[in-house]
Amino acid sequence: MPGPNRAKMAMGKPKNAGKTIRRVLKYLLQYKYSMAIVMVLIIANSFGQVYAMSYLQNIIDDALMPTVSGVLTITEGTAKLLSLLMWMGGTYLICTIFSYAYSRIMLHVSTGTLLTIRKELFTHMETLPLRYFDTHTHGDLMSRFTNDTDTMREMLSNSIANVLSSLVTVITVFVKMVSYSWALTIIVILMMVLQLFLISKIGSKSGHYFQKQQSAIGAVNGYIEEQIAGQKVVKVFCHEDESKNDFDKLNSVLCDASTEAQTFASLMGPIMNNLGHALYAITAIAGGLLALEGGPFAGTAVAISLGTVVVFLQFTRSFTQPLSQIGQQFNVILASLAGAERIFGVLDEKPEMDEGYVSLVNVTYDADGTLRESEKHTGEWAWRHPHKADGSVTYTPLKGEIVLDDVTFGYNEDKVVLHDITMTAKPGEKIALVGSTGAGKTTITNLINRFYDVPEGKIRYDGININKIKKDDLRLSLAMVLQDAHLFTGTVADNIRYGRPDASMEDVVKAAKLANADSFIVHLEKGYDTMLTADGGNLSMGQRQLLTIARAAIIDPPVLVLDEATSSIDTRTEALIGEGMNRLMKGRTVFVIAHRLSTVRNADKIMVLEHGEIIERGNHDELIAQKGKYYQLYTGAFELS
Amino acid sequence: MLKKILKSVGEYKKWAFLTPLVMIGEVLMEILIPLVMAKIIDEGINGNRGMTYILEMGGLMVLMACLSMGFGALGSRFGAKAGAGFAKNLRKRLFDATADFSFRNVDKFSTASLVTRLTTDVNNVQNAFMMFIRMAARAPIMLIGALIFAVNINARLSLVFLFSIPVLGICLALIFFRAHPRFRVMLKKYDAMNGSVQENLTAIRVVKAFVREKDETKKFSMSAEEVRAAQLKAEKLVILTNPLMMLVMYATIIAVVWIGGGMVMGGTFQIGELSSFVTYVTQILMSLMMVSMIFMMLVISWASFTRISEVLDEKSDIVSPENPVKEVKDGSVDFEDVSFSYLGDESNCVMNHINLHIGSGETIGIIGGTGSSKSTLVQLIPRLYDATLGAVKVGGLDVRRYDLDTLRTQVAMVLQKNVLFSGTIIDNLRWGNENATQEEVEEACRQAQAHDFIMSFPDGYQTVMGQGGVNVSGGQKQRLCIARALLKRPKIVILDDSTSAVDTATDAKIRKALREQLSGTTTIIIAQRISTVQDCDRVLVLDNGEISAFDTHENLLKNNHIYQEVNASQQKGVA
Repeated sequence: MPGPNRAKMAMGKPKNAGKTIRRVLKYLLQYKYSMAIVMVLIIANSFGQVYAMSYLQNIIDDALMPTVSGVLTITEGTAKLLSLLMWMGGTYLICTIFSYAYSRIMLHVSTGTLLTIRKELFTHMETLPLRYFDTHTHGDLMSRFTNDTDTMREMLSNSIANVLSSLVTVITVFVKMVSYSWALTIIVILMMVLQLFLISKIGSKSGHYFQKQQSAIGAVNGYIEEQIAGQKVVKVFCHEDESKNDFDKLNSVLCDASTEAQTFASLMGPIMNNLGHALYAITAIAGGLLALEGGPFAGTAVAISLGTVVVFLQFTRSFTQPLSQIGQQFNVILASLAGAERIFGVLDEKPEMDEGYVSLVNVTYDADGTLRESEKHTGEWAWRHPHKADGSVTYTPLKGEIVLDDVTFGYNEDKVVLHDITMTAKPGEKIALVGSTGAGKTTITNLINRFYDVPEGKIRYDGININKIKKDDLRLSLAMVLQDAHLFTGTVADNIRYGRPDASMEDVVKAAKLANADSFIVHLEKGYDTMLTADGGNLSMGQRQLLTIARAAIIDPPVLVLDEATSSIDTRTEALIGEGMNRLMKGRTVFVIAHRLSTVRNADKIMVLEHGEIIERGNHDELIAQKGKYYQLYTGAFELS
Repeated sequence: MLKKILKSVGEYKKWAFLTPLVMIGEVLMEILIPLVMAKIIDEGINGNRGMTYILEMGGLMVLMACLSMGFGALGSRFGAKAGAGFAKNLRKRLFDATADFSFRNVDKFSTASLVTRLTTDVNNVQNAFMMFIRMAARAPIMLIGALIFAVNINARLSLVFLFSIPVLGICLALIFFRAHPRFRVMLKKYDAMNGSVQENLTAIRVVKAFVREKDETKKFSMSAEEVRAAQLKAEKLVILTNPLMMLVMYATIIAVVWIGGGMVMGGTFQIGELSSFVTYVTQILMSLMMVSMIFMMLVISWASFTRISEVLDEKSDIVSPENPVKEVKDGSVDFEDVSFSYLGDESNCVMNHINLHIGSGETIGIIGGTGSSKSTLVQLIPRLYDATLGAVKVGGLDVRRYDLDTLRTQVAMVLQKNVLFSGTIIDNLRWGNENATQEEVEEACRQAQAHDFIMSFPDGYQTVMGQGGVNVSGGQKQRLCIARALLKRPKIVILDDSTSAVDTATDAKIRKALREQLSGTTTIIIAQRISTVQDCDRVLVLDNGEISAFDTHENLLKNNHIYQEVNASQQKGVA
């Protein structure tokens, strides 16, 4: 953006306004043709308005005056008046059409830009690593989608067009002013400097308070979110009054900050307006002095005619009005730039890196047993492993062998959660991870599907370093059933086919039957077409868990991770789905994390974890015979009572 | 509705009234300044009153500009005070109202929608309010002032306003009424879009595990596009106002110049008067435009007004009775022919005709399949929901007769879906009892088997929890929640499957501590594991919302086939 506007920006608050503006402009450039048309329309409109106004002068000078003074007859005068009025009306009509056209196009551009930004933000959010979500509050991210995009909308839909047309007017008028009297123009420029100074002063103050307000809003919103989300607990603890009191404190802080911010925001209007009036008066005085016959400047180079003063006075009015417009848009622009900066901050977060190049493909077996890649869905899968060195490609059949080799990991550098974990899960084996809460069981599964990364070669899937495997393919070859049974808005069937959107209805029912969910689903009002509200609120916890099991069953993966999958299902129901679960687990490598030892008993290998280390390993009978920690855990419930 | 919401202006009324007053001062100056300007030109520069007159009038004008600026600045200050204060009060009222909501009220609005109402909607209303108090006086006074001057100049010519003002008014009103429903639609779409973001944030692990990023993005894109479409549809109308205004204004000016020009040529009207009249045309219609902008602002915020008043109108359906009983005699619990439906629909209850008595100090286990309404049953005891039919009694008295705080303090419930709040561990624990000493807190934590792991953190009890307690594991969270409940020193403790993520050994220790150290407290434990309930005094077996049996572990093993089945499923293969 040219000249004065940029200068003011730099004085404002956003940390790197110039960069942010350039970035916002880049979005607008997607609509470069529309924007070009808008520019032309705005400029034409501003010129048109000035032009149409000058018709009034023509009417007075060319039609009315001559008629009054008798130079023209009334008929001639009327004819002249009529023709001039037609011109004036025509110009106005065109201006109006232009003005509508550019606001219509701008509406299209601004909503479109917003849409692009929202989509980009969401798309990018989906690519962020889990670490990002574990370390940022949801409310924080939420407000990027709501508050921050909203303020940007304000800027895109109003401020830009406004500032643009104001600038055009200011420049046009300025050029005209110089042509009339440079002496008076100097006065105007001095005034303008004062105005700009005030704008920047108020602007930086206002920016300061706006930031304060913004962070107070953040605090209040965060508190509201937390309290409302945890409201049931608030009730149970009769904590309403305390929670109200704490809220009052934050609310008062916000009120104070907001009072200051709003004061400065609305101060700009009256100050700019009245400076305009003052400028008018000063110009009149100065102009009078310059024009007065017998005045101090009579006969000098700066002397001007009375007519010039009159015209010039009109110019000052049409000069200060758009200037104060710009001033008033200043805050909006500041606020939205700050919002844009926050949005770009999320967009600049590093996405989950995926340098994997080993992919999962369908294959057929030739008669001699060699693998051949197939375009079609064959039901047989293999890892396609291209070798960079010689350009050859090897195929490894997908079996589901997972090897962890001396894995040490911590979420932060200073806190190690897993120490030297080594284990091998052969295809079809059932591995149970047992241990107290916080022993690192879930962390292991986080590493296997690369929610978090460990250094090269520590974890292998079918002998392939998992860091080489494309994340998507890796994750699809591992189905997870998690403790928190998150479901999505949509029908029951949609939720079951979540990991395989193209699954047929038959497959959905089959998976549901496998997980023993079919029996309750058919009792729902609309069966498989029942809409689930956010997070499946209309189902019981157990029913939700059954759906998540069905959701895992349908993708038919070689490896299954059950992270406390059955802890919300009662053992009787668990026994009922036992057969289905066994069917689901058959032929697959399964990692089971469970507290309920009854569910791990038949595992091929049981790993007992404590403080991130495997302290015992073996099958149930071996571990019982060892009479170690597992034995204690297993029998503990009985012995301690 | 408006009146109810505006009540929140409260103590800021002073500022809310002062704002339009000083705005009147500003607008008066603004109307008078052009008069002075005209004088400078007509009598000072064009006329013959000379330099002193110009200086005088110029000085006067600067003075007036200063006054106007002063008034304007005051208006900004007062308006900001009134607006921010109003928003503060409104937010507080809403927050207080939601804090008093019962579970059923909260279920009715979703959490996400409540949050939007308290944040975005309040913001919209605040903006509309500030705009209103600043403009409400300004626009009409500008309109009337300019009209008076116009009529003063030429009454006959002023008749054009009889035509142009109603035309503009009607057009603006039409736009207003057509835009309103469209804005409502837009806000609805907006909600849906936000819901989709929220859903993805909470379930990001699932999204990633199932490699659904692209599909979720597609879903979001669709709802974002719907928002845009709705926005286009609504704003398409709004942007009509400006060109419409221009059209009417220019038409009026042309009519005035045509008629007025005729008068001038006829010699009955002065040229100077004509050009002043044109200025007033602009002012009058501009102020009308301002009125329409206020309306537009109200339209846009109207949906927010409605949504806020919905929350304010929602009456909590569980409140303390008049003359409440403030003491719970003992920890006995009685259900007398209790039926319950979440929707309050008597014919469609999830729990039917429950009769039972639990003696004070007894330890009761509750076992039952998924959906057998175990949680429902216990939620009636601290009156988280009210029984649809029948009566629930605590200490021999209907729960509806107790003061809610008293009842809920005496009946400590550890919820199945529990949360911790941001703050330190000790802050969270003190929810149970604000005045608890460090010793008391530690004692409760030992009972809940939480003390050891808390001490293993470098900051111990001062460890700061992330939002939702993200830095402790599920089992640790559950133990903290139990400790928090125990700190209340309640007469009845209800654990709703609260140890599901705690390992067996720790689970057993917790129960042992409860039994030995809280022997006088009635304990109700909902569990999946027989081992958890087998040493309870009695075990309630629920099946499909009905009592299947209520007896000791031993008797149940002998007589109740559900219990036998559950037991068998858990004992199978024990070495």
